[in-house]
Amino acid sequence: MPIFIDRRLNPKDKSLGNRQRFLRRVRTELKRSVQDQIRSGKIADADGEHSVSMPIKGTSEPSFRDAKDSGHRQYVLPGNKHFTPGDKLAKPNQGGGSGSSPGLQPSEDDFRFVLSREEVLDLFFEDLELPDMVKLNLKEILAVKPRRAGFSVSGSPTNINIARTMRNSHGRRIALRRPKREEVEAIIAELAGLKPDGADGAVRQRIAWLRTELDRLERRRRVIAFVDPVDIRFNRFDPQPLPNANAVMFCLMDVSGSMGEREKDLAKRFFVLLHLFLKRRYNRTDIVFIRHTHQAQEVDEDSFFYSTQSGGTVVSTALEEMHRIIRERYPSREWNIYAAQASDGDNLATDSEHCLALMDSEIMRLCQYFAYVEIIDERESEIFGSTDNGTSLWRAYRTVKDRWPNFDMSRIAKAADIYPVFRQLFTKQPTVPRD
Amino acid sequence: MPKHAPRSDLLFSGSDWNFQTLSRTCDAIETIAKEQLHLDVYPVQMEIISSEQMLDAYSSIGMPLMYRHWSFGKHFLYQQLLYRKAGRGLAYELVINSNPCIVYLMEENTMALQALVTAHAAFGHNHFFKNNYLFQQWTDAGAILGYLDFAKSFIARCEERHGDAAVESILDAAHALMEQGVFRYRRPPKLSSEKQREGLRERLEYEERSYNDLWRTLPRTASDGKSDETHDSIAIRKKALNLPEENILYFLEKNSLILEPWQREILRIVRVIAQYFYPQRQTKVMNEGCATFVHYTIMHALFDRGRISEGTMLEVLRNHSNVVFQPAFDDPRFSGINPYALGLDMMQDIQRIATAPTAEDRDWFPEFAGTGDWRATLLDAWANHRDESFIRQYLSPALIRKWRMFLLSDTAEESFYNVASIHNERGYEKIRAALAQSYDIGTNYSDIQIVDVDLLGQRHLRLQHKVTDGVALENDNCDATLRHIQTLWGYEVSLEGVDAQSGAALYERSTRQMSE
Repeated sequence: MPIFIDRRLNPKDKSLGNRQRFLRRVRTELKRSVQDQIRSGKIADADGEHSVSMPIKGTSEPSFRDAKDSGHRQYVLPGNKHFTPGDKLAKPNQGGGSGSSPGLQPSEDDFRFVLSREEVLDLFFEDLELPDMVKLNLKEILAVKPRRAGFSVSGSPTNINIARTMRNSHGRRIALRRPKREEVEAIIAELAGLKPDGADGAVRQRIAWLRTELDRLERRRRVIAFVDPVDIRFNRFDPQPLPNANAVMFCLMDVSGSMGEREKDLAKRFFVLLHLFLKRRYNRTDIVFIRHTHQAQEVDEDSFFYSTQSGGTVVSTALEEMHRIIRERYPSREWNIYAAQASDGDNLATDSEHCLALMDSEIMRLCQYFAYVEIIDERESEIFGSTDNGTSLWRAYRTVKDRWPNFDMSRIAKAADIYPVFRQLFTKQPTVPRD
Repeated sequence: MPKHAPRSDLLFSGSDWNFQTLSRTCDAIETIAKEQLHLDVYPVQMEIISSEQMLDAYSSIGMPLMYRHWSFGKHFLYQQLLYRKAGRGLAYELVINSNPCIVYLMEENTMALQALVTAHAAFGHNHFFKNNYLFQQWTDAGAILGYLDFAKSFIARCEERHGDAAVESILDAAHALMEQGVFRYRRPPKLSSEKQREGLRERLEYEERSYNDLWRTLPRTASDGKSDETHDSIAIRKKALNLPEENILYFLEKNSLILEPWQREILRIVRVIAQYFYPQRQTKVMNEGCATFVHYTIMHALFDRGRISEGTMLEVLRNHSNVVFQPAFDDPRFSGINPYALGLDMMQDIQRIATAPTAEDRDWFPEFAGTGDWRATLLDAWANHRDESFIRQYLSPALIRKWRMFLLSDTAEESFYNVASIHNERGYEKIRAALAQSYDIGTNYSDIQIVDVDLLGQRHLRLQHKVTDGVALENDNCDATLRHIQTLWGYEVSLEGVDAQSGAALYERSTRQMSE
C-alpha cells in the first residue's frame, strides 16, 4: 500500500521566482519590444497582455559543445529501405533541418511568450518615473468596496455575528434539551438540604436518585456544548465594484509637418498614460482623436498617428471641433470629459487669443481635466525648461492655467517629463467622490 | 445464477479515478510485480498534481525542490508554449529517484492511464533506480531530497546576503560547467547528512569570522618560493593539485583563489546535482526500457487475470504504442532513436531468446539462449549494465534486422554520407558496436581536463581538449564558457586543443586573447 498525497491544492506558480529572475535578466530587451508594440499598437491595447519574442541576448546558456560541422562521426539509424554498404547519400542542405541527421533539437531560443498585463505595465512605466503609489493605482483593475451580504458559516473570527450565533445556539440547546443551570442548581440545593446519615430509606433513596440525576445532567451539559461550532455565523461581505460612470478622452494633436516621429512617439505615451488612468476609473472610456493643421478633423487612431498633412497650424479649430463633438455626442451630464493636447507649440499668431477665449468660455467648464504638453527638442529644454516665455500658445495657456485648477501643462523633451502633467490628476485620486 | 459476476473482479470501471481505486490498483500491480517479475522496489509515495504543477516540475529539471535561477524560468516559458500550442502533451508522470520513490500522477489522467503510470513509474523505474549499479554507486536516494532542501534554502540565503546578481553570476558559471562537474571514475564523496552539513556551514562561518589578512603576509618557506621550475617541480605541483583533473567544477571549488566560502558551497551544490543526474544520462534506454517492459508485462497480466476490462486494455495499448513509436530515419517525425522503443524491443528480444531461441541466437547468446529463465537474465541486465554495455552485450541480429538498422558514416568535409554497414552478416557487429558507442557518454562529450596551473606565478589555468576524430568545439560557446571559468578562477584561462592520437596541438583559445 503506497502513500498517497494530494498536492493539487498546493500553491501553484512555484516557478514564479524563476520567471521574475528571467524577466529581470532580459529586461532591456523586453522593454524595447514592449515599447515598440505600444508605439505601433493602439492606445487601448497598452493595457493588456503582450506576446513578445524570446530575446537572444543574455539568455544563452553556454557550455563546451561539439561543433556539428566538424570531424568524423557515425550514426546508427533505423528503417533502411534499399541501401547497401558503399552507397553514398547526398547531405541535406545546411540548415535545412532535415531529419536524417540525428541530434537535431528544436531550438529553445526561438519562440514567443506572453507577458502579463502587470509585467507589460511595469516595463511601460519604467522610464516614465511614476511614483509608486500611482503605479499601484494604475495596475489595480477595479475599485471594490466590501458590502454586507447575509451570513456564512465560515469566515474570520472578527466577523462573527454574535446575535445570530447565539440565536442558533439557543435553538439548538432547546431542541436537544440541554439542562439549564437552574435545574442543576436546584438539585444541588436539594442535596445540600438532605442529610444522608440518620435518614430513613425514602430520603436515602431520594438522595441516590438526586445524585444520579445530577450526574446525568452534568454529563449532558458537557456533551451538548453551550456554543457549538455549528452555531457560529459570520457576517458575509461581497466585494462590490464601485459604480463608475463613463468617460471620454479627447486626444488633440497638431499633425502639421513640424511634428516628427519623436514628437509623435512622446505624444502617444502621453495619451496612453491618460488612457490607462481613465480606464481604471471608468467603466467605459471612449477615445476621440482630433487632429488639426489649419483645420481640424475627427479621425481614427491609425490616421491620427501615422498620416501627416500639410498646412498651417490653427489650434482653435481643434478646440471648436472638440466642442462640437461634446455638444453632439457627449453631454457633460453623462460623461466625464478629459482632454489631452499635444503640440509643438506652433500656432497662428492671432489664433492664441481665440483659443484663450474658447477655453475660458466653453471648454474648461465642460472638462474634468485638460492636459497640454508642448513637445520640445531636448536641446531646447535647457533654454525653455523653467521659463514662462515661449510661444504665443504657451503664454495663452499660462493664463488658462492660472484661472482653472483643472488645467495642467508642461513642456516635455523626454519620457520622464510626461508624468508631472498628470500630477494633479493622480494626487486627486484617493479623494475621488465615491458616488 | 451467477452470484458473483465476472465484473466484480475488476479493479475499476470507467475512466474516473479516486483514491480507493488508485490504491486497490496499486496493490494488485505490486502483487504481480513481486510475484511474477521479482521486482525489488523502494516504498512508493504517489503524489497527485495538476497540469500547472507538472509544468512547474518540468522547469526545475523534474525535482520537487530546486533553487531559483533564471534559466529555469526560460525553460518553463518554453514548455508552457509547447503545451499551450498543444504541440506536445505533458508527461503523464514524473518519477524521482529518492527513497521513498516519489511518483507524480497528473489529475487529468484517466484511471486506465493512472494504472499504466503506476506500473511504469512506481515499479519499473523504481526497480531500476534501486537495483542498477550506477545508481547504487553514484547517487544516494535517501539523501537527495534533504540535500535539495538544503541547497534551496542555502542559495536563497546567499541571495539575501550577497544580492541576486552575485549569486546569479556564480550559478551561471557553474551551470556552464555542469557537464564538466561530475566524477566519471572516482566514487564521489557521499552526500553528507544534515548534521554534517550543518557542521560544514558552521565551519565556513567561523572561517569567515576569523579571517585575518595578516596570515597572508607571512614570509613563505623556502621550498615555496622557488621560481625556476624544473620538470620535477612541475610534476610535484601537478601531483599536489591532483592534476590532470577532469572535474573542473570540483577543481575550482577546491582550488580557486578568489572564491568566498559561500561561492564554493554553491559550486558544490551544482556539482552534486550534476552528479546525481549523471547515472540517468547513461541509462536512458535501459531505464525507459525497463519501465516500459514492466508496465507492458504487468498490464497484460492484469488483463489475463480479468482485473481490468477490455476497454481499459485498449486505452492502455493505445498509449503504449504512442510511447514506443519509432519512425524510420526518413520520416519527418524522426528525431533520433526512441529510447522507450529500443529498450522495450531489446528486453522483449531477451525474453524471446531465453524462451524460443533460433540457431542464430544460440550462436550469439550461448549464455542464456533457451534457458527459459528470462526473468533472471533481465534482472541481471538491469542491475549490472548501462546503455552502452547493455547494447554491446544484448543487441541481437534479429533485432537489427527487425529495425533495419544501418550505419552511416559522416565526415564533415565531404558532401555526402557513406553507408558503412547494413543489417547483414558482415554488418551486425559493426552496427552493434557503433550503436553502443553512441550511448557512451565518455565518447559523446568532449574530453576536457585541467592540466596545469601555476599557482605562484601568473596563476594561468590551462585546460586541454583531447580532440577525437577531429570533432571540434563550437567557438562561440567555447569562448563564453571559458569566460565563465575565468569568473570563477579569477585569472587567465586557456584551452588547448590536442589531437587524441597524435598529440599534435590543434588550436589554442585563451581569455586574454579574447579580451584583446
